[in-house]
Amino acid sequence: MHPLIELKKAGFSYGGGDIFRDVDLHLTKGSFHFLTGPSGSGKTTLMKMCYQALMPDTGTIKVFGKDVRAMDRDDVAIVRRRIGVVHQDCQFLDHLSVAENILLPSQVAGRDVTQDVANLNQLLRWVSLTDHMNALPPQLSGGERQRAALARAVILSPEVVIADEPTGNLDWDMAQRLLNLLIELNKMGKTVLMATHDMNLIRASRQSVSARVLRIQGKQVHLAGADL
Amino acid sequence: MSILNSLGDVFGGDKQADRIVPPTGFTARLTSFTAAAMAFLTVFALALSLATGRLADRWSAELAKTSTVRISAPEAQLAAQSTAVLNILKTTPGIASARLMTEAEQHALLEPWFGSDLPLETLPIPSLIEVVEQEVGPDMEGLRLRLTAEAPGAVLDDHTRWRRPLAAAAARLRLLGMFSIVLILGATAAMITLAAQAALAANRQVIQVLRLIGARDNYIAKAFVRRFTMRATVGAFVGMLVGMLGIFALPAAAEEGAFLTGLGFRGWHWMIPLVIPPIAAFVAFWSTRFAATRSLDRMA
Repeated sequence: MHPLIELKKAGFSYGGGDIFRDVDLHLTKGSFHFLTGPSGSGKTTLMKMCYQALMPDTGTIKVFGKDVRAMDRDDVAIVRRRIGVVHQDCQFLDHLSVAENILLPSQVAGRDVTQDVANLNQLLRWVSLTDHMNALPPQLSGGERQRAALARAVILSPEVVIADEPTGNLDWDMAQRLLNLLIELNKMGKTVLMATHDMNLIRASRQSVSARVLRIQGKQVHLAGADL
Repeated sequence: MSILNSLGDVFGGDKQADRIVPPTGFTARLTSFTAAAMAFLTVFALALSLATGRLADRWSAELAKTSTVRISAPEAQLAAQSTAVLNILKTTPGIASARLMTEAEQHALLEPWFGSDLPLETLPIPSLIEVVEQEVGPDMEGLRLRLTAEAPGAVLDDHTRWRRPLAAAAARLRLLGMFSIVLILGATAAMITLAAQAALAANRQVIQVLRLIGARDNYIAKAFVRRFTMRATVGAFVGMLVGMLGIFALPAAAEEGAFLTGLGFRGWHWMIPLVIPPIAAFVAFWSTRFAATRSLDRMA
């Protein structure tokens, strides 16, 4: 199957030192990948390369079949509408309500937002935030913010969802709840790449999803297996 | 057409998009205040320019078609020389009329300088002949030579030495007024550019979020352009109104009044300041667009 995101011999350096070297990664349609590694190992950097927030210094990255080096900024914007991103710090516009934040991707894509209101209500129910739709992001708890960020990431029904340590600041129950939402998305056919350093969370997901676990070690990405 | 479309987007486009930029009180007030102050100054610069234009036209019109012949001669020859000059003037092509000014008229001319009590008849006052020229005036040099030959005490004054510096000064003032308007527009553009750059830098995080969710740079730039253009337009409108009220409140211009009482708009000239808000909108639009494009390029 043709990968949606494909890294070939990709390398990235910062401040004169290599973060990665010769990284190969294929994210195929409907796959679920965990990305693990100690803090500072480069999980966020690798994910940023997947949605063109960073460009590789060496090698190639293809997103939806197109080389990222051949993309201009408009192309990148269009690609990002096909990739939903959830950050650990959520990155909301704090002066807009939760509902407005969730609808923002639809608005910037120039879609008729009124048509997405039905989607919005469905999404708010899905992430259990219907009662908070008019709240401002700073008024939400950590778990609520992450769920709202997930709702925003999927409002345009993207093919890929990238979640960078979404459970990092959440308690166990809330982390599992968020993970279950990502698993649901995967079952709907979305490709999911989730960074986490919480091995227990990965182990807990085994019953629900067939996920690949990638570990960043020695500036390389390895497929983790029996050591989990 | 694309400029009109872009301005159309600003005033009638996606109003919801305006909300993506957080309200920033300081830059909002700064932009509106700058636009208002500049519009106010533009109204005065316009008034100055138009008034000097009128003044230059009036001076030119009043002085250009008239000349004076002054005859200074011993009393016994004064009448004869005056008659000779009048005869010459009557036969000179390009002269519509010539008449000897009466004693009363001469007294009236001298009264502001010597007062009404001075016995002017005791002074050796030269005779004055007022000459009105035709559309195509006479050959002044030829006329001067003929007058010197026939009436040695006659001196022709075609007002050139008065008119030229006055008209030149008025033209310079008008030019300065126009230059001031250009400077004001330039300063407005510079200040709006700086305010927009400050707003863009302050909203770096917002821009990153918007890019993350798939916003094109054009969409982000439009949100800022819309906001700054609206602020500048509203500010310029208020400044224009206050400026026009200030001009309206100046003392009424009398025909014989001095320059300052003539500073203002007359007739349809009152309509001219109405172009200031649209011009401010245009300047703000391009300034913000320039600032946004540069800032977004730097943030890429």
